[in-house]
Amino acid sequence: MAEITYREALKRALREEMTRDPNVVIWGEDIVAYGGGGAYGVTAGLAKEFPGRVRDVPIAEEAIVGVGLGAAMGGIRPVCELMTINFALVAWDQIVNHVAKQHHMFNRQIQAPMVIRSPAGWGRTASTHSQTFENWLASIPGLKVVYPSTPYDAKGLLKASIRDNDPVFFIEHLALYGTKGEVPDEEYVLPIGVSEVKRPGRHLTVVTWGRMLVETMKAARTLEVEGIELEVIDLRTLRPLDLAPALESIRKTNRAIVVEEGFRTVGLGAEIAASIQEMAFNDLDAPIARVAGLEVPMPYARNLERATIPFAEDVIAAVRRMMEKKY
Amino acid sequence: MDRDKLVSLYRQMLLIRVFEDKSAEMYARAKIGGFLHLYNGQEAIAVGALSALRPDDDLVTHYRDHGYALARGISARAVMAELFGRETGTTGGRGGSMHLADVSKRFWGGYAIVGGHLPLAAGLAYAAQHHKTGRVVFCVMGDGSTNIGTFHAALNWAQLWRLPVIFTVENNQYAMGTVIDNHSAVTEIYRKACAYDMHAEQVDGNDVLAVHEAVCRLAERARNGEGPALLEAVTFRHRGHSMADADVQRPRSQVAEWKERDPIPAFAEVLLERKLATPQDLEQIARDVEAEVEDAVAFADASAEPARETLYEGIYAEAVSNMQIDGSLIGPPTLGPMIIKNGMGRHG
Ligand SMILES: Cc1ncc(C[n+]2csc(CCOP(=O)(O)OP(=O)(O)O)c2C)c(N)n1
Ligand SMILES: [Mg+2]
Repeated sequence: MAEITYREALKRALREEMTRDPNVVIWGEDIVAYGGGGAYGVTAGLAKEFPGRVRDVPIAEEAIVGVGLGAAMGGIRPVCELMTINFALVAWDQIVNHVAKQHHMFNRQIQAPMVIRSPAGWGRTASTHSQTFENWLASIPGLKVVYPSTPYDAKGLLKASIRDNDPVFFIEHLALYGTKGEVPDEEYVLPIGVSEVKRPGRHLTVVTWGRMLVETMKAARTLEVEGIELEVIDLRTLRPLDLAPALESIRKTNRAIVVEEGFRTVGLGAEIAASIQEMAFNDLDAPIARVAGLEVPMPYARNLERATIPFAEDVIAAVRRMMEKKY
Repeated sequence: MDRDKLVSLYRQMLLIRVFEDKSAEMYARAKIGGFLHLYNGQEAIAVGALSALRPDDDLVTHYRDHGYALARGISARAVMAELFGRETGTTGGRGGSMHLADVSKRFWGGYAIVGGHLPLAAGLAYAAQHHKTGRVVFCVMGDGSTNIGTFHAALNWAQLWRLPVIFTVENNQYAMGTVIDNHSAVTEIYRKACAYDMHAEQVDGNDVLAVHEAVCRLAERARNGEGPALLEAVTFRHRGHSMADADVQRPRSQVAEWKERDPIPAFAEVLLERKLATPQDLEQIARDVEAEVEDAVAFADASAEPARETLYEGIYAEAVSNMQIDGSLIGPPTLGPMIIKNGMGRHG
């Protein structure tokens, strides 16, 4: 098995699926000409390999999603790239009112087998360009929401998303594109809607996803030295939500922290904490804690930006508070 | 067009008219709820346009869609049952009046967010182009929809990629209660196409044959790979925007003037003049469509409401196990199937 980046894993998934199915097309802003293939390089080179099937499109997110949906209705399998998730807001009506509702509202006559790929993230990009919306997306019936944290998951889940007959919003993260992990050369597909234990441990369960998985694993390595063993659950899919591994873990650890990058108020962590206490109240020895981003429009200044985003040290602090019964 | 086809256009327009009047009555009797946008006065556009298309050309409409559904050959029974919210309706009571659909007839639905369906039409046209099916997409909207972003985004994209789609604007001169001079900087809607270098035409939307001919032309262009078009059909609605509209904002004189230009009697005259039908023929058609609509009401009324247990059906293509139902999970959450492990695996 070779180590490759998250970015390369995504590209391999796209290449394999385009090779397998001639109906798969990729549309996005600046994914062909610009810098040789995409603002973040995920599609680099694919346009040459698949002439006519990887196309630059106008800066009109409502059309990228809406034209993609129409194409999907007509038998195409579009992978629509939104340059960053911030621009999904321009397409929100298409996502919520059209993409997600087609199959149910038209009583199963219309399917929308499409993928909307888009990175969340930040990087001195200020408040309009540093957001994440998985809590909104995960609340929409009809949509599936996938958010892989490792190159291995990114590849297997993107392939699954392209093959899925439902629309999938596939969230990536700018800070993950360059991360490396082992990915087998043989083909594999991972199931959507299945969480995974990314690290076993006895003392405390952390439920997380996306970039915060990486920070949580860092925290776990630090805490291990102190004798605190975290069991880390990676949700991987945010809708439908598979909480079974988390519940099973909590039966053993009796403590849980939910870690997310987005805002705490009405965050996905709130839903997860509520569901856990509904289903596993008797297993809990402590209130469920949340680690989340601070609720401010993201500032540009380096120090202020860093202050709003959760890192491993925030996870460590939350774990210590819980282990010391400071709640 | 031969005689039978011409007479059938008349029959379709009258069916729509009688159907709409009956829907209004059923709304007043609370058999129908919500928003009900009637098509009275605009019948010549749906009938003229669909008669010019192939039955397997794609159709996408806005919410004022009863006329299109009927002209596409969906039964009055299925449409009325949908308005009643019954399981025998076109979407089994899920979509209602604004979201009629029958994909077996390539009617991809009515859409209720102004302008929201225009990109979908362009996408369907892309699919036709990609698969070289020779199909044309017919997409209809109101004049008020030509100001929203999706209109411009969809027209630009369609022209850029030379997609086989006909965007048709039913310019009934009002968007809800706002007169066109007050909502659009350009009131001759077809002129908006020039921003995208798109072929455009304007037609009398109350003349069923003129609409038919225009759509024949534009469909042929699109099928020949000459790209999309914008068709403006100038018309007027006889009733308010929806049944919720008391229609106080439009001048009475304007409404009266346009009722004088009713497309249905106008076409009856053409048929009589050209001796394609006798007054007796037209009376017989009137009796037939009355009976068809009465039957549709009886059918809708006798149909069952959709079963409560079907509420969650179809949210996803295949059932999803851990979805919330009525605030609780369907059964205990289940472990996912064993999967290829990512190094660590599920339980270490
Ligand atoms: C995006 C959006 N804004 C507002 C509405 C409410 N609304 C429904 S129909 C309508 C008027 C549309 O007029 P027009 O496009 O001319 O179509 P017509 O009803 O005249 O056929 C409005 C404002 C809506 N459905 N969608
Ligand atoms: Mg109008």
